[in-house]
Amino acid sequence: MDLLAFAKGPILMWSLIIFFVGVSWRLVGVLLLRRKPDYSEPRDTSPAWGAVRTVFTRMWVRKEFRARTAYAEVLSYVFHFGLAIVVFLFVPHILFIKSMTGLSWGGLPNGVIYAIGVITLIALIAVLIRRITQPVLRLLSNFDDYFSWLVTTTPVVTGLLASAHLGARYETLLGIHILSVELLFIWFPFGKLMHAILFAVSRSTTGALLERKGAAT
Amino acid sequence: MSPADVNKEHPLDTKAPRLSVKKPETRYDKQGDMPDSERIEIAMRSFVRDFGAHAATYMESCIHCGMCAEACHYYVQTGDPKYTPIWKLEPFKQAYKREMGPFSFFYRTFNLKPKVTVQELEKWQELIYDSCTVCGRCTLICPMGIDIATLVSQARHGMFQAGLVPHELWAVAERAEREGSPLGATPKVFKDRIEWLADDHEIEIPVDREQADVLVSMSSIEIMKYPDAIVATARVLNALGEKWTIRLDGYEATNFGLLSGNAQWQKDMSMKIINAAVKCGARLLILPECGHAYGALRWSGANMYGKPLPFKVLHISEFLAENLNSGKLKVKPVGKSVTYHDPCQISRRGGATRAGRDVLKALGVELREMNPHGDLNWCCGGGGGVVTIHRADDLRYKVFEIKMKQVNDTGAETLVMSCSNCRQTFDDGQAHFKWDKTANSLLEMVADNLVE
Repeated sequence: MDLLAFAKGPILMWSLIIFFVGVSWRLVGVLLLRRKPDYSEPRDTSPAWGAVRTVFTRMWVRKEFRARTAYAEVLSYVFHFGLAIVVFLFVPHILFIKSMTGLSWGGLPNGVIYAIGVITLIALIAVLIRRITQPVLRLLSNFDDYFSWLVTTTPVVTGLLASAHLGARYETLLGIHILSVELLFIWFPFGKLMHAILFAVSRSTTGALLERKGAAT
Repeated sequence: MSPADVNKEHPLDTKAPRLSVKKPETRYDKQGDMPDSERIEIAMRSFVRDFGAHAATYMESCIHCGMCAEACHYYVQTGDPKYTPIWKLEPFKQAYKREMGPFSFFYRTFNLKPKVTVQELEKWQELIYDSCTVCGRCTLICPMGIDIATLVSQARHGMFQAGLVPHELWAVAERAEREGSPLGATPKVFKDRIEWLADDHEIEIPVDREQADVLVSMSSIEIMKYPDAIVATARVLNALGEKWTIRLDGYEATNFGLLSGNAQWQKDMSMKIINAAVKCGARLLILPECGHAYGALRWSGANMYGKPLPFKVLHISEFLAENLNSGKLKVKPVGKSVTYHDPCQISRRGGATRAGRDVLKALGVELREMNPHGDLNWCCGGGGGVVTIHRADDLRYKVFEIKMKQVNDTGAETLVMSCSNCRQTFDDGQAHFKWDKTANSLLEMVADNLVE
């Protein structure tokens, strides 16, 4: 079995199994913990609406904080949107998803995707530089932060190399690219990448609690 | 130290611009004499005991983006990364992942998260207590929506049980549990004060009525330092013709059990007032100008009681706003420009941001808002029990500079707030910086301008 077949075969299956089992385990492990009843008299507000609203309103920072957070915000937006576009609007990715799920949609021209891939990579490198050089981030960072960065950035790099046919045979590059994505799947449930799911749980929790008090969410 | 020695060893310093115990000569940052191994075990057990789905969600969700630092007055003023709010919880995050997270088995088996040590917790004492007023500004910036302020309060539970509380805060909390007041406002002292005030101001202040519609609670800061607040409350309630009372078996609304992290003491302190209100059949409990008293009774009181409270709970600013808005209470217009300091626990954390402004509107003042204000206000730096901790003074003055600048920038003639703890923090800051601005009480401003 060559590298590409290996990557597309058992490793893909196992990485997805680990992904789904791990994500479910982590979510269930949190969500099934007890919830104490709150007997305080709520204000005349809707906690459910507060929960839903906060999931969206925390997508941007309040204007009072913006001056101090603008650079980090812009970088985060660039690489998050960049990743989303490259993952979901690159035609070969759509074909791959179609082969697995039967779902498909229209993509962007390859040239546009390559440009966005490069911009995303630049933003990811800037994020890493910031993490290493900014004192707060340096203090907070642990293995998870750096490894999560690595498993996020590697598929971007290997994808760009495969597209450019740079460094090895295309099949080999594609095999490495798929393996790097599988590494991301495997790591996803264990580290901070899980925020792609937990953000909704965490934001809605606080949104509901604060809305109940009639406080700002 | 035995509780009986606390009064002798740590007398109250009631002449200082802010009330606390006298500064200890030697720092006692540990209480009790249990071995370190026991200390750490108790700390972590107490920390996780209250752990539910909410706290676990937060512990799982941090992405280490560092955004919370930008909302924290301690970080903004010092630039020291250790004041990053989520970093203040680092040992507790570590303990959570190791002991009770969904993957705790891996963390323990491979020792990926080492056991937290007492030395770490000692080091973190400054971060959990001295440099967090539990103001909750960080909660509003977190892109993951983590309520960091609540987690800090929860971490304090562990710290208290392990005997790792800054000594002054521990001493006033212990005194509050034992004497009924953290600052010497015992029932006898309070009764004497009421008699003196009633006499001096020729006003009726009902005490220990068996039946009353409204139960009034006070803060010991008001009783000992701002007694005019008692008179002001009486004038307002008498003007409204309310059947009200103060009860000596439940009047102290400050809750140092909550601030220090002793959940049982928090409950004891809340239950005194709740029981007093139930006994006299009150339909309404009025909380004084005190921020954390609002959090303790309005939002946690029923949970201490174990069921919904059989009476309504209002902060005095909400009570004033209700009665001014309805026209039951009438005031003369005040021809002044005023800026309003939002107490964090009433506005941002309590949801009563509008109340103070409604009162000021009724008073007809020219309101000059600080930037930022309301839910995004900057904390005065004295909340969360910080104002009692002497070794935190320099840091507190540093963050108070933000507040002075905010107030000065408004150019307002008068500075008003509705929290006596904020007020004493402002008084202390004013004395320290020889500042020309004096903090005033919203309640007293209403009482002084009543149309009776």
